[in-house]
Amino acid sequence: MGLSVRLRKQVDRFLLDVSWEIENELAVLFGHSGAGKSMTLQLIAGLMKPEEGFISSNGNTLYDSSGKVNLQPQRRSMGYVFQDRILFPHMTVAENIAYGLKSPTKPAAEKKVKEMIRLFHLEGLGHRYPREISGGQKQRVTLARALIGKPDALLLDEPFSALDNVLRVEMRQLLRDIRHQFDVPIVLVTHDLLEAYTMADKVILYSGGQVARVGHPSEIFNNSSNPEVDFFLALNFPLLVAHTP
Amino acid sequence: MDDTVLFSLRLSFQVAVIATFFVAVAGICIAYILSKADFRGKELLDILFTLPLVLPPTVVGYYLIILFGRNGYVGRYLHEFTGWSLMFTWYGAALASFVVALPLMIKTTRASFESIDKSLVDASYTLGHSEFRTVLKVVLPLSKKGIVAGIVLSFARALGEFGATLMVAGNIPGKTNTMTLTIYSMANSGEWTKANVLVLFFTFASGAFLYIANRFSKRMV
Repeated sequence: MGLSVRLRKQVDRFLLDVSWEIENELAVLFGHSGAGKSMTLQLIAGLMKPEEGFISSNGNTLYDSSGKVNLQPQRRSMGYVFQDRILFPHMTVAENIAYGLKSPTKPAAEKKVKEMIRLFHLEGLGHRYPREISGGQKQRVTLARALIGKPDALLLDEPFSALDNVLRVEMRQLLRDIRHQFDVPIVLVTHDLLEAYTMADKVILYSGGQVARVGHPSEIFNNSSNPEVDFFLALNFPLLVAHTP
Repeated sequence: MDDTVLFSLRLSFQVAVIATFFVAVAGICIAYILSKADFRGKELLDILFTLPLVLPPTVVGYYLIILFGRNGYVGRYLHEFTGWSLMFTWYGAALASFVVALPLMIKTTRASFESIDKSLVDASYTLGHSEFRTVLKVVLPLSKKGIVAGIVLSFARALGEFGATLMVAGNIPGKTNTMTLTIYSMANSGEWTKANVLVLFFTFASGAFLYIANRFSKRMV
């Protein structure tokens, strides 16, 4: 159970060198842009290849540089939700969701799609095309599509950053609601402080391609005892530090 | 219309349809390989497949003779094992049209493959679908317009092939005289009235093809 990650990847002058482990909980990868958060997700999903490292999910080794294991993205069973609400424009909402299944045409698929449409409040939109629905609805479709195949983990790359405030709050609530139905590790990438604070069971603080700190949100943001973290927070989030007792 | 005109009309369409079929299949495969990852020799391959677009048709025809002629590098074995040669048959005309039209198909299709958001392909992979299935379900449907535009352009090019066809298939009346070759013969022997019919037909048909191709490529967003 859980997700275990150790990665090293050099891209031009940026070096990502991180190592962390999570259980079936919601972990927020937090840090400012360019800290290597999205890259970490791509490496876990197999869309990029690290130079060195080890990734295991739910007890299966997905990547192991020493054992020469490198599963293709297709075989990693990672639900991946992209930043910009990527839907297949030539498929309807129902077809998009069904595409998350290995054999989307089987009769059983229809039932599963219906179930996801209900769960993600998409009733009545099944026959619409992505261009005909709103941004919030699109993001719910991408979530439904990522989860219908029962992945071993869910990777969310700033899924709500392009939505307006009201929708963002709604989506966070939806994510909380569905968490218990899909008991898998969830990795949420964000640079939104409120999101990190309210959503996370565990915060993994990224800074310059490294893990600066890991812990419960309150530990990280309220009682930082590490001068480096303090400095990082003060530098990047001065308002937060100013308001911390 | 007399028999020569009708025959050449029919032959031209036969040659163009067959050539376009193979152009479409080969073009899609080659365009996909070229649009995908970088590999050694990719640029060279691209240049090789684009050359027939810029080479004089007689030069393309010359190469085809060297390759597929009765004593050619490939033709020799073909003749040895089957007793048959592409030279001076309508198959030769189809081969010439194929080679000349292929670059158009590759260029158009490759451009539409490359315009697809890579995240869509990645999304398909993370959802557990193989590369082949992703091509079938995501890449091809999203490139439909570019592919159709490529097919129409290739068909028009194949229909109008002259130089390479003349060298490979010759201009044998009742056997390999396609429309373009017949126009050439008619102009040579002063049969202007018949030539006019064919020339006008060609002009209108090509105009129509361009119109269709434009419509498709414009909507290729």
